[in-house]
Amino acid sequence: MEGITGDLVRIAYLVAFALFIVGMAGLTSPTRAVRGNRIAAVGMAIAVVATLFDQGVGDYALIALGIVIGTVVGVPAARRVQMTAMPQMVALFNGVGGGAIALIAWAEFRRSGGDITNLEIGVPLVFAAIIGSISFWGSNIAFAKLQGLISGTLKIPGGLFVNIGLMAAALACGVALLAGSDSELLFILLLVFAAILGTLAVLPIGGADMPVVISTLNAFTGLSAAAAGVALDNVALIVAGMIVGASGTILTNQMAKAMNRSIGSVLLGGFGGQAGGGAQAGAEGEQGTVRSTSAADAAIQMAYASQVVVVPGYGMAVAQAQHAVREMTKELEKRQIEVKFAIHPVAGRMPGHMNVLLAEADVPYDQLKEMDEINGEFPRTDVSLVIGANDVINPDARNVPDSPIYGMPILNVDESSSIIVLKRSMSSGFAGIENPLFFNDKTQMLFGDAKGSVGEIVSELQSL
Amino acid sequence: MDLLTELAILLLAGFVGFYVISKVPNTLHTPLMSGTNAIHGIVLLGGLLVIGEATGFVNDLILVIAIAFGTINIVGGFLVTDRMLEMFKGKPGGQASAGAGEGEEG
Repeated sequence: MEGITGDLVRIAYLVAFALFIVGMAGLTSPTRAVRGNRIAAVGMAIAVVATLFDQGVGDYALIALGIVIGTVVGVPAARRVQMTAMPQMVALFNGVGGGAIALIAWAEFRRSGGDITNLEIGVPLVFAAIIGSISFWGSNIAFAKLQGLISGTLKIPGGLFVNIGLMAAALACGVALLAGSDSELLFILLLVFAAILGTLAVLPIGGADMPVVISTLNAFTGLSAAAAGVALDNVALIVAGMIVGASGTILTNQMAKAMNRSIGSVLLGGFGGQAGGGAQAGAEGEQGTVRSTSAADAAIQMAYASQVVVVPGYGMAVAQAQHAVREMTKELEKRQIEVKFAIHPVAGRMPGHMNVLLAEADVPYDQLKEMDEINGEFPRTDVSLVIGANDVINPDARNVPDSPIYGMPILNVDESSSIIVLKRSMSSGFAGIENPLFFNDKTQMLFGDAKGSVGEIVSELQSL
Repeated sequence: MDLLTELAILLLAGFVGFYVISKVPNTLHTPLMSGTNAIHGIVLLGGLLVIGEATGFVNDLILVIAIAFGTINIVGGFLVTDRMLEMFKGKPGGQASAGAGEGEEG
């Protein structure tokens, strides 16, 4: 980067950085967030266009080819994806970013003729390649799990040691290359070891922990982008990558905190293994009878309540029930009944997942209450309507120290006068543990598809 | 740029990310994750820079795939975030954002 063009490129980068930061700051409020995102997108456009003027850039036909392919694939994917499938889409987009970094590192290694003994370039390049590859394969597995392409959790015996071994193997390849080997095979092996590591690390992790995993991988991709920036001597990659690395780390931390889990225990896949044993022990002792109810009865109970709290979970997302829920809310409000939504920080598959869905259905923003806000309200709530939520209302988290989710903050639904649970069947939640709330005397179960059940409740309310 | 300058930039960018983001409300975490996800699509620039200096079919193939991946990351990431956030627009508690133009390149 030299001369006037180089200066102009650098100035354009500075503008882009400012736009990234202003854009992200805009994401702090629901009303400014749309604009914030677009500002960041403009920043990205400026950074990309400026780079095209860099003297080091050539092969415009190939660049156009890559960008066209990416656009043709990316735009329809982003346009068509259902709101419920958002988390896996984010995982996928994160994965290709990681993949891009791994490939760029590989190409740069080939370009340099295999000589990465200049440690200022070599070390960040090896780092970018390993983390990029982990992020690509880990994200793909996260996508496959959330999409239901891979079900259940696969526990590898001695998984931790296998993973440490794989990491050591990848690092050993890296060290050999830094020490002077120019073998491309070693570089490919490095990518392969990291790929297996990414795959095996995510496979055993239970679905409830998936948001934390995606967020971690998001931070990883950011960090590897920053490393690639150091290796390629490009300040835009360093700044943007590091901002994402830092923000992703904070987000991961907050999510893990909301679940009362340490990031370490999530990534070591503790959930999947412990869940079986602890849960069965807890459930057998408390298992009682389950009372089921009808939509008509649920409608009557709510019609005579003064406050109803709706607790949405992933089940609502899967059933696409949010619009029916909004209809039901309107019916209840016609009768002067106070309706609130209790949003657990990790309800659904990602923080904010429920908010997005309910906002899509036009539920007013101020009806959505966060956990700390709503927990004090349950004792004076007449009916809690649980729609496809499970682990986030499991009282075992408070009462049973053996439970794998013990200590996770939950919504204290069991303090309300009565509880109606909409659920497809008696199967356990994503964490794979029984929920004694369903056997509580105050609880009635309304089995069936959430959208259908809520629809029936709406028509019953209308005919009352 | 020498290594020390780059490390200084790295450190400062980390702090910026830390302080800008620590103020985001819980409810916006999904769009936030998606938005920051789009920003690390900046790796596309790496592809643009290396492809100019690399030669040979294999290198070109690797880099075209990398550029396509980076583009998917950017375009898909911003579009998905935009779709999510559109749903928060115009809800009680504030005005809808002014009609900012489309910001996707491609």
